[in-house]
Amino acid sequence: MSIKKTSLNNLHIKYGAKLVEFAGYQMPIQYKDGIIQEHKYTRSHSGIFDVSHMGQLFISGGGDLTNDLEKIFPADLKKLKTNQSKYSFLMNNKGGIQDDLIITKTSDGFLIILNAACKYNDYEVIKSKLDNQYKLNLDESLSLIALQGPEAKNVLNKVIPGCDSLKYMNGNNHVYKNEKVYITRSGYTGEDGFEISIKNSDAETFVENLIENGSKLIGLGARDTLRMEAGLCLYGNDLDNDTSPIEANLKWAIPKSRIETEFVGSEVLKNQFQSGVKKLRVGIKPDSKVIARGNTKIYNDKNQEIGKVTSGTFGPSVEHPIAMGYVDNSYSTVNTKIFLEVRGRKIPANICNLPFYKKNYVKGEINV
Amino acid sequence: MSEVKYSKEHEWIKLDGEEATIGITKHATEMLGDIVFAELPEKGSNVDKDGTAGVVESTKAASDVYTPVSGEVIDTNQMIVDDPSKINEDPEESAWFFKLKIKDKSEMGSLMSKEEYEKFAKETSA
Repeated sequence: MSIKKTSLNNLHIKYGAKLVEFAGYQMPIQYKDGIIQEHKYTRSHSGIFDVSHMGQLFISGGGDLTNDLEKIFPADLKKLKTNQSKYSFLMNNKGGIQDDLIITKTSDGFLIILNAACKYNDYEVIKSKLDNQYKLNLDESLSLIALQGPEAKNVLNKVIPGCDSLKYMNGNNHVYKNEKVYITRSGYTGEDGFEISIKNSDAETFVENLIENGSKLIGLGARDTLRMEAGLCLYGNDLDNDTSPIEANLKWAIPKSRIETEFVGSEVLKNQFQSGVKKLRVGIKPDSKVIARGNTKIYNDKNQEIGKVTSGTFGPSVEHPIAMGYVDNSYSTVNTKIFLEVRGRKIPANICNLPFYKKNYVKGEINV
Repeated sequence: MSEVKYSKEHEWIKLDGEEATIGITKHATEMLGDIVFAELPEKGSNVDKDGTAGVVESTKAASDVYTPVSGEVIDTNQMIVDDPSKINEDPEESAWFFKLKIKDKSEMGSLMSKEEYEKFAKETSA
């Protein structure tokens, strides 16, 4: 299979991107400034992320779509207002996570944002579970641009006036160059921000407009350090088919109203809600400057293996190594001393609260 | 006069009499990106040609640092442990990694000159 390119590929090259293959796409890992500067620019100003490799799945049609989607996803879709978004999961029958996603209610159905590596499989799974009753469109004529950081709203408002009135986890239709764009106030960096769904042919000009207004392109490298500082999971590292949302410490994303109802994986989840889980995702802070990456083994003070790291890096804003991983539930309490096996040595570390970096989301406020 | 040579693992080595100073090349730092961690060999320990003698980590990944010659570690550069970003800033001068008392000067013979290394670096990164 040949490698795919997003509509911003030429722009990435123009701005000096180092390109890598990610989920079948040629994507920028970093630009000229490098990961640390890009990370800090996002936290202090605003950063533009090409996330066009992610899936934009539109589902519409007759029948009882909301009800049928609730049989798949553990979200409270009946309570969702038009243009409101929720974080949810596509699970398997064992309660394992096949993908983590954002569902938004649109005027004629739902929009689901899927991870790039999972999107084609998700499409098939969802389509078959809906018995081909509805119209599913995994729309590849659209690009997805994330704009993140404290200046995101001012920058975006200059290019698309009026978008700053959006509330967190809400979206709306806007107009750019006489074409419809769909904007949600969301993101994955721990900063206030937006995700803009825009026609492929307009994406390049739109991003140039954002750059003219003071924003900078940011690569996947900084996207990874930003999301880790914000304590957010990366599918494939921190979440997978053998891990449930409860184990992933994402219980908050399963509304109480849905626990007793049926959806894919509901029996396992209900059981885990009642009896607890064996392993739990935790934040990990090494005592020293040593970085523990994914797959690092975790030990207790008796040298018994109790888990493993799933993501780890140096956090540029917290200026310290950070990690997250899964430990035996009895070691999941904050401040528990653990040991990370790095290059044959046991490095002391502590279980800590997530996120590492305090969130700065806009919660329901307008025009501040 | 001191002699500077380069290895295929992207280390540079400067020999002054018996004393060899070793670091990583500018080209290596450009490939690694922002360096956020450095680990050095213990003073007094002996290292063997082409063996691991340290680690550097960027925001992306960890990489071993090899020694291009054998010898006894007589000094290490604490500055790069305290502030690993110095390696990106000045890799071939102040941000050296360690100094060795060289065991066998003939090991220098298999290493590359500056011109040879530059050609090698260009070919392998293309």
